[in-house]
Amino acid sequence: MSSTLPASEPQQAQASASVTNDFSIQIATVNGSGSQTANLVLLRTLFQMGIPVSGKNMFPSNIAGLPTWYTIRANRRGYISRKKEIDLLVAMNPETARDDVMGLEPGCAVVYDAPLRLDTLRSDLVFYAVPFDKIVAEVCTDAKLRRLVKNMVYDGVLAELLSMDAGEMQQALARQLGKKPKALALNQAALEAGRTWASEHLTKADPFRVERMDKTTGQILIEGNTAAAMGCLFAGVTVVAWYPITPSSSLPETLIRYLRKYRMDPETGKATFAVVQAEDEIASLGMVIGASWAGARAMTSTSGPGISLMSEFAGLAYYAEVPAVVFDVQRVGPSTGLPTRTAQGDILFAAFNSHGDTKNVVLLPGSVEECYEMSMASFDLAERLQTVVFVLSDLDLGMNTWMSKPFDYPEKPIDRGKVLDAEGVKALGGTWGRYRDLDGDGIPYRTLPGSGAPAYFTRGSGHNDMALYTERPDDYTKNVDRLARKFETAKSLVPQPVVEDVAGTQIAIIAYGTTHFAVEESRDQLREEHGVEVAYLRLRAYPFPATVHEFIRRYDRVYVVEQNRDGQMLGLLRIEGEPASAVRLRSVLHYNGLPIDARSITDGILAQEKAGNA
Amino acid sequence: MSTDAQAPAPAPLKKVNRLQLDVSSYRGSKTTLCAGCGHNAISERIIDAFFEMGVDPHRVIKLSGIGCSSKSPAYFLNPAHGFNSVHGRMPSVATGAMLANRGLLAIGVSGDGDTGAIGIGQFVHAMRRNLPLIYLVEDNGCYGLTKGQFSPTADFGTKAKNGVVNDLPPIDLCAMAIELGATFVARSFSGDKKQLLSILKAAIAHKGTSLIDVISPCVTFNDHEGSTKSYAYVKAHDDPLGEVSFVPFFEDISVEYEPGSTTRVRMHDGSHLFLRKLEETYNPTDKLAAARLLHETLARGEFATGVIYIEPDKDDFLQLLNLVDEPLGQLPESRVRPPRAVLDQLMDQLR
Repeated sequence: MSSTLPASEPQQAQASASVTNDFSIQIATVNGSGSQTANLVLLRTLFQMGIPVSGKNMFPSNIAGLPTWYTIRANRRGYISRKKEIDLLVAMNPETARDDVMGLEPGCAVVYDAPLRLDTLRSDLVFYAVPFDKIVAEVCTDAKLRRLVKNMVYDGVLAELLSMDAGEMQQALARQLGKKPKALALNQAALEAGRTWASEHLTKADPFRVERMDKTTGQILIEGNTAAAMGCLFAGVTVVAWYPITPSSSLPETLIRYLRKYRMDPETGKATFAVVQAEDEIASLGMVIGASWAGARAMTSTSGPGISLMSEFAGLAYYAEVPAVVFDVQRVGPSTGLPTRTAQGDILFAAFNSHGDTKNVVLLPGSVEECYEMSMASFDLAERLQTVVFVLSDLDLGMNTWMSKPFDYPEKPIDRGKVLDAEGVKALGGTWGRYRDLDGDGIPYRTLPGSGAPAYFTRGSGHNDMALYTERPDDYTKNVDRLARKFETAKSLVPQPVVEDVAGTQIAIIAYGTTHFAVEESRDQLREEHGVEVAYLRLRAYPFPATVHEFIRRYDRVYVVEQNRDGQMLGLLRIEGEPASAVRLRSVLHYNGLPIDARSITDGILAQEKAGNA
Repeated sequence: MSTDAQAPAPAPLKKVNRLQLDVSSYRGSKTTLCAGCGHNAISERIIDAFFEMGVDPHRVIKLSGIGCSSKSPAYFLNPAHGFNSVHGRMPSVATGAMLANRGLLAIGVSGDGDTGAIGIGQFVHAMRRNLPLIYLVEDNGCYGLTKGQFSPTADFGTKAKNGVVNDLPPIDLCAMAIELGATFVARSFSGDKKQLLSILKAAIAHKGTSLIDVISPCVTFNDHEGSTKSYAYVKAHDDPLGEVSFVPFFEDISVEYEPGSTTRVRMHDGSHLFLRKLEETYNPTDKLAAARLLHETLARGEFATGVIYIEPDKDDFLQLLNLVDEPLGQLPESRVRPPRAVLDQLMDQLR
């Protein structure tokens, strides 16, 4: 490839027009090389300097040896979605270095491992060759540790090039390795060595730099799975059954840590929770259903293949009306798909998961804060509605690091739903039946095993309102019509959409989940670059309340932006919405496994506007 | 509806148990299985066992998967909550329920297809966990509800009603259970009232998982000449290990037994199980002996019945999980939602 490039001296970009607190750094390494500590130190340093940041890990489904890329975006305006363009590349992986460099836009900067000789590839980039092995050898005598410590050298080089605060970086490193004094000292030395070497040998030739701001004061940095685990903790979860699967595992694993720390009875030292790593996802949901039926607050967490396996049980929970909370941290399907990449591809499957006329409540957290809040809400809803509730997070939200305002302590008490004890049943004076709709909201009252209250027989086969086996046509219809009524009730109980109407425009966006952050940025791009104002509705749950359909009616062209190939949410809106509105709906789709970015949305909308209705 | 049977005031001479309940508190709805089905006899024994043991029926949960066997929880213990779940998945539902409320007494009824085929995975892991659960397999070697196909416990060479001969070896659920760590493993015959009743009572007293494989002939699809699970064949090839007697903890031990020929097992709750040996060398607490016995009787085309293996004091799953004494499902908010200070601490760690 290099032979086709001009042989002239590289043109170095002018550093005069500096770009402050607005760039993305991509670090290309090998999986298992221990770069995560170094990457988090960079992220945290920027965060501590008050600069809005986000970090995204693009990693392989592999333990060691395959390429991995970590992207850090700093943005003074607070945009935290993925930025498609890379401004600064740290090329540490010989296998991908050429492709990484060739993919850059002109003017970008490349810090690279000197022996890779990447500067011969292009003349329109700024290259910084760094002899990492030489630098690290001076501070790390143990050859085995060098591979790990080497990563901290690029932190030092970047700190120097970008003018990052040395004190903040030390503090960020101490946060990561504070409990391991030997590792801390070694990495501190590597950091300093990198910085010193860069200051002595490199001449700043790119425009990117950082400057202290105050945009992160009081904020936290957290992954969505951690936030969801926290939500489960404060929801008072008592039974957890799960099976390991990427990208969900860190949710139950974090939850286990929290439960062991905060939910051991102070007097007896015994657990107020039970966690079972089940034999598969089928058993996981079976245990959740059994536990909820017997009165526990129970949850499981999985990803796409898991909800495929859980389908039969999901239908049982729907039809026999047993509460269940299922977290689906979505990854790319179909089948095994791309296990370590992100998508919003389980929308339709979750909504209708199981055979027959099954409809499930689906919550759509759009931020780490909502992972926390909707986790709590999911248990209340599952118990209130006596049904399965899917919480659809995704890999981007669940496993990547996000800035957020701190979470609020729940103000509302836990809602255990319509549960009757023996007295409660007696008070109803003989009107109680397990599936009888006494309140007109479609939600019946249940009793719990062991409570001494009248029993009933739970079954997935046909049953009447007294829970007796039946195959009578009228019994069947009556029961499923009540279930449909209950689903209507759910519309007012689920998290409501966030609506931002804009007067005078005909264009609107509907989005959900992690797409939200890219939409926010895209709306600014459309306004500032093209003078196009766009209204916005962010869905937060299925079933859709009437406000969703009213919103669609108000705009001529409603772009449903989502991260799947088939426009699944658009399909669901068509199924559930007003027939006349169907023509208003259009898709903007992003489905390559990477998190959606604002530019893709802006371009997608503009292209369709130009093609048809500009 | 299978709700609280408004038990009529007991007639003066009606037999009552230690809870002053008569047997009607333990009955279920009318069976819809075939007349003569072994499963109905098993339901009767379950009723007798819970009645005689004086178990509060409100404390019991009865669970099942799918199939003829799995319909039977509707035919006993109406005052108990029941759960007819999905095919082969009774163990997971039972596990969840026991985690939620450790005060419950769970009986799960499954079939040979429900356990041996579609549910073999959940069976395996249930046996490993030693959850407090009576896991009863009503074993007729065929799928009754779908009209007589072979199940995985169908014996090698047995003939189906349509003349097809089974050419695959059977799964011996008892042998598997022992290998997997089950702590009470028994086999019985639906036609042996006395033995089955004693085994069921012992299972109620047992604190971990009890696996009871009950040969229960299918009168409609598997009771013909050439079937190894017909009434006639099972009666002719039932090889009882010995007499099984059970004395619950609330009764005086008045059984006379000869220590040389009878094994006495003290159950965790203080009950006693007496196993009079027919085979001199048999020891039901010896895992290898139990496995050998099962292999040998299978090779002879016989069914060894009785308590095959017992380990009365092994920690159960709830002990391993170190759960609080109260049912998890009934803990108040104050014990399951950590205070505000915990959230503040967590937030501080993330700043």
